[in-house]
Amino acid sequence: MSGPGHATYLGMPAFPEAADTSTRDTRLRANLRHATHTIRTKRATAVAELDDWGRLRAAGAAIKDRTLRHLDHYLERLESAVTAAGGQVHWAADADEANRIVTELVRATGEHEVVKVKSMATQEIGLNDALAEAGITAYETDLAELIVQLGDDLPSHILVPAIHRNRSEIRDIFAERMARWGRPAPDGLTDAPADLAEAARLHLREKFLNAKVAVSGANFMVAETGTLVVVESEGNGRMCLTLPDTLISVVGIEKVVPTFQDLEVFLQLLPRSSTAERMNPYTSMWTGTSDDDGPRTFHLVLLDNGRTDTLADTVGRQALRCIRCSACLNVCPVYERAGGHAYGSAYPGPIGAILTPQLRGTQSALDASLPYASSLCGACYEVCPVAIDIPEILVHLRERVVEGGPVSVRGTRAVIKPAKGHAAERAAMRAARWALDHPSVLRTGQRLASRTRRLHPRRLPGPGRAWSDTRELPAVPAESFRDWWQRTRATNDRSTP
Amino acid sequence: MSSRDLVMARVRRALADVPRGESPSEVVVERTYLRRHGDRTPAQTADLLAENLTDYRAAVHRTDTAGLPALIARLLTARNATTVVVPPGLPTDWLSATEVRRIPDSADLTPHDLDAVSSVVTGCAVAIAETGTVVLDASPDQGRRRITLVPDHHVLVIRVPSQVVDSVPEALERLDPSRPQTWISGPSATSDIELTRVEGVHGPRALDVVLVTEG
Repeated sequence: MSGPGHATYLGMPAFPEAADTSTRDTRLRANLRHATHTIRTKRATAVAELDDWGRLRAAGAAIKDRTLRHLDHYLERLESAVTAAGGQVHWAADADEANRIVTELVRATGEHEVVKVKSMATQEIGLNDALAEAGITAYETDLAELIVQLGDDLPSHILVPAIHRNRSEIRDIFAERMARWGRPAPDGLTDAPADLAEAARLHLREKFLNAKVAVSGANFMVAETGTLVVVESEGNGRMCLTLPDTLISVVGIEKVVPTFQDLEVFLQLLPRSSTAERMNPYTSMWTGTSDDDGPRTFHLVLLDNGRTDTLADTVGRQALRCIRCSACLNVCPVYERAGGHAYGSAYPGPIGAILTPQLRGTQSALDASLPYASSLCGACYEVCPVAIDIPEILVHLRERVVEGGPVSVRGTRAVIKPAKGHAAERAAMRAARWALDHPSVLRTGQRLASRTRRLHPRRLPGPGRAWSDTRELPAVPAESFRDWWQRTRATNDRSTP
Repeated sequence: MSSRDLVMARVRRALADVPRGESPSEVVVERTYLRRHGDRTPAQTADLLAENLTDYRAAVHRTDTAGLPALIARLLTARNATTVVVPPGLPTDWLSATEVRRIPDSADLTPHDLDAVSSVVTGCAVAIAETGTVVLDASPDQGRRRITLVPDHHVLVIRVPSQVVDSVPEALERLDPSRPQTWISGPSATSDIELTRVEGVHGPRALDVVLVTEG
């Protein structure tokens, strides 16, 4: 039996429209403000404990760059190491192929239910919906993913997918919906976080104990040894990774790191950036299969789905360093006000604004709007544990949207046209370039603007209207700077060039 | 073309800017970060481990080799344990002072069987002071990963100073990647409700860590 209702990201509006609605939602804003400010302070404390944070960060970025520049080499090593350790490796060029592979693997076991560890890759490809169509029910076991699944909702944060829900909303979802998916919530459930966690423990326990198949992602894959790493807090990951007979891990090809030793960098960077802990409660590592300990069958599905297109862009490539810590979301003033759903993909916040348009391309109105979902304040770059220059990529992607140009689409070189919506912007930029190249034109224009300033409208006409809807137009001064300089200084100080 | 070949061809085309003949080691990774944060005596390292474990809500106890069996017996009694799972290579004297019924770990134990067990007692592979972490690697004194997961109470014994290191890099040096590992830093927890940490979700909700001074 499949669960009731499945939310999807398909057909979502462009960021400005979505944000226009979400920023007016006072409860959402209060929930997000509380949660992001709590974690922001804690993260700063956890990071300050390590004197060598900057050096760890540089090493993390360098290890990822080494991997990405030689990704073919490391993927081949990983494949042979996993295979040698008893695992089976599958390759998926896109989301549909990954979903097909996983569906067939589950069908081959004869099971109709799977338990899932929280995984961004399976969110990205919409695996739960694909399994539901094949009559397979996927049970999310991470507490926040459970809240999202029970509420027919969408994740809005990388680490805490139900960050947009406060405790009383979660209590209501549990009380109303748990019975439809399995063991009902206890009578008289309160909204104390400890009680809510206990309700989730009881609800999921029977699922873990009976599960035959599990689906996971992975935080890291070690090329030299074939070791996979899952970092978590609750123990639901351990349950899924050790109790079932069959484990299927769907992992993006960029998650590979060269050596086991390289984990010494990421296991310091990730927990402190993510949950602001010295170390997360549980980390599982496994290499293929082991006799009598854990799943007897292990499948690794390596996912492209736009990653090679991202890799082809020498500026945008650094987005593939991301270790999904979500520190950039927690410091972002735009995310804090707009919320995660406005970004229209599994990857919200600053990282989503650079990753989604690269993975999916900038053809849809939503994806073309994402590089603009930022004030370019740079807080995301400051906190990024692998030093992704998010503002640089945002500006780069804005240029691509406005000007078009060469890109890689599903591995093939293509040239995209400039986006239609930006014709006025391009015309304005062309006019500005011409005026700035012709000083006499500029001077005449400025004088004309000063003399007519009492007649200026308070809002722009035509294509500029939307811009001035939410902004005050700057007042034009009575005299331009050049004229003022000419009048007050030019005669006194002729020696200055 | 197989999907494998397709993806590999895409990767190579995407990396057209990388000079042919560049080897991975030519991409410089400077490991100038610290091997450990601060210089401590072995006793200070053990103190830091205890402090950080306590900070994440593990209950920390200290004893010597002679006192260990009585301490373990007391911890089991305090939880009203009726049964305890025993890894195949657990030193026999560790449980010599308790009457609690022993269930030897074996492949025949189902998850439901384990769910009915009160407690588990294990050793460990290594412990990390700076992060308050204990690593299990499924060696004979620790058993299969599932026995430290399903029962609600875990008594974890660390030999001090031989099994304690300062830092994450020092721990990885000691570990064998071919063995399945579980890194444990305090009992199961979640921050999923308003980013407030709550201890106790799916893993053992009670974690007793015993630091045993050798000698």
